[in-house]
Amino acid sequence: MSHVAIKSGDVARYSSNERVTHWIVALTFLLLAASGLAFFHPAFWFLTSVLGGGPWAKTLHPFIGVVMFVFFAFMAMRYWNDNKIQSYDREWNKRMSDVINNRDHGLPEIDKYNIGQKQLFWTMIVTMVLLLVTGVLLWRPYFAPLFPIPAIRIAALVHALSAFVLMLGIIVHIYAGIFWVRGSLRAMTRGTVTHAWAKHHHPLWYRRMTGNAK
Amino acid sequence: MASMQSQDVTRRSATTTTPPSARHAAEPVAKLIDISKCIGCKACQVACMQWNDLRDDIGTTTGIYDNPVDLTDQSWTVMRFAEVTNPDGRLEWLIRKDGCLHCEDPGCLKACPAPGAIVKYTNGIVDFVSENCIGCGYCVAGCPFNIPRISQRDNKAYKCTLCSDRVAVGLEPACVKTCPTGAIHFGAKEEMVTYGQKRVRDLQERGYQKAGLYDPQGVGGTHVMYVLQHGDQPELYNGLPSDPKISPWVSLWKGVTKPLMSIGLGLAVLGAFFHYFTRGPKEEEPGGKA
Repeated sequence: MSHVAIKSGDVARYSSNERVTHWIVALTFLLLAASGLAFFHPAFWFLTSVLGGGPWAKTLHPFIGVVMFVFFAFMAMRYWNDNKIQSYDREWNKRMSDVINNRDHGLPEIDKYNIGQKQLFWTMIVTMVLLLVTGVLLWRPYFAPLFPIPAIRIAALVHALSAFVLMLGIIVHIYAGIFWVRGSLRAMTRGTVTHAWAKHHHPLWYRRMTGNAK
Repeated sequence: MASMQSQDVTRRSATTTTPPSARHAAEPVAKLIDISKCIGCKACQVACMQWNDLRDDIGTTTGIYDNPVDLTDQSWTVMRFAEVTNPDGRLEWLIRKDGCLHCEDPGCLKACPAPGAIVKYTNGIVDFVSENCIGCGYCVAGCPFNIPRISQRDNKAYKCTLCSDRVAVGLEPACVKTCPTGAIHFGAKEEMVTYGQKRVRDLQERGYQKAGLYDPQGVGGTHVMYVLQHGDQPELYNGLPSDPKISPWVSLWKGVTKPLMSIGLGLAVLGAFFHYFTRGPKEEEPGGKA
């Protein structure tokens, strides 16, 4: 992180490259979720309009999916080590109901990510890989004809289930990042968080970043 | 095929409301293909091409009589030739006119995500309304008989329409009209079952003890049926499945997961919404500023 200029009073959390990568994944995810839901249930069919109607949605969805996967892969590599689950994460996890009820006092000290964020990370790793593999099997007209029909049937179900799990995770992610945990969004828009935020939510990371022993 | 009978639709793909169904006079129809009478002349293929204005590419010989070798977006019916040696050493040539069987419970329609791209009329015909098709190929995954084919040119799915346009105006399908041996019959489903059973009895009397009518109940019966000399072994006829069903994977995918996962996502959003209004945002502890 040392390459990020730290403005006085702020702690750098995401570089501009990281932010651009994140928002490419976020935007492609929204387009994919919209078109994917449209194919999944007729109640969401109107969302095909987002990509210009049914045939265009069907044509563009897999290409956008590849873009999302490639940029997600960069994020996965960059944040892999930060998301390894540590013993203090398990302690933190025991107080999940306190966390949900905003009773944060005396939580175990954690590093850059909490256990919820780490769970989302690994969920995304698994679901993104499953979505890519099953998506290739379903991809017409290019790849689907190369696979046996029974495999395509299983792929369709796994694709839908993976997307469901991923969307659940992202709903929580959006809620926590934008609405729930105040001061988080700016980490992904301006790249920095306040000292108070860093110290409160990620004390070990805060000390690593600032060298501040307090 | 465009929708020719728009007011007597009993099922419509990716549609949760009742499809237009005021006209319900039509009784279920069926085509009966009597394989024991088929000579493999392919006149039905020609009639199908001609009526539907289809012209497949000229193919290459692969050493068998099947021509073309498979169903395509331009070939909605294909004669499949099987050379079978009986246990008594006799060679039998089993020729099956392949094409859509028009299931009572169509897997293609169940799988289709595009509203109104697949419809089933009151008379039982399952039709692809191609202007609504998005080319996803889910119908291919849904079909227990491997029938739909996606066109390379327009990315739309095609298959036998059972000449829904002809049937709508009281004509029989083109293949039925042209068959020179009377191997293909068309009429009310009930009558076709009765006639098929008569043919089966006739075959049984002539030494085909296991003759049978192919009207598979796993898909609710079909509106295209076969009279088979070997009703106990439909696989002999180029892999006609003995107990076709919509795959359990497709049933799961297009069954319980649809409402459950939709509700799950809705609840997650609502959960977040109400969490905010009951617990409020999470803020740093006062005095935490370094």
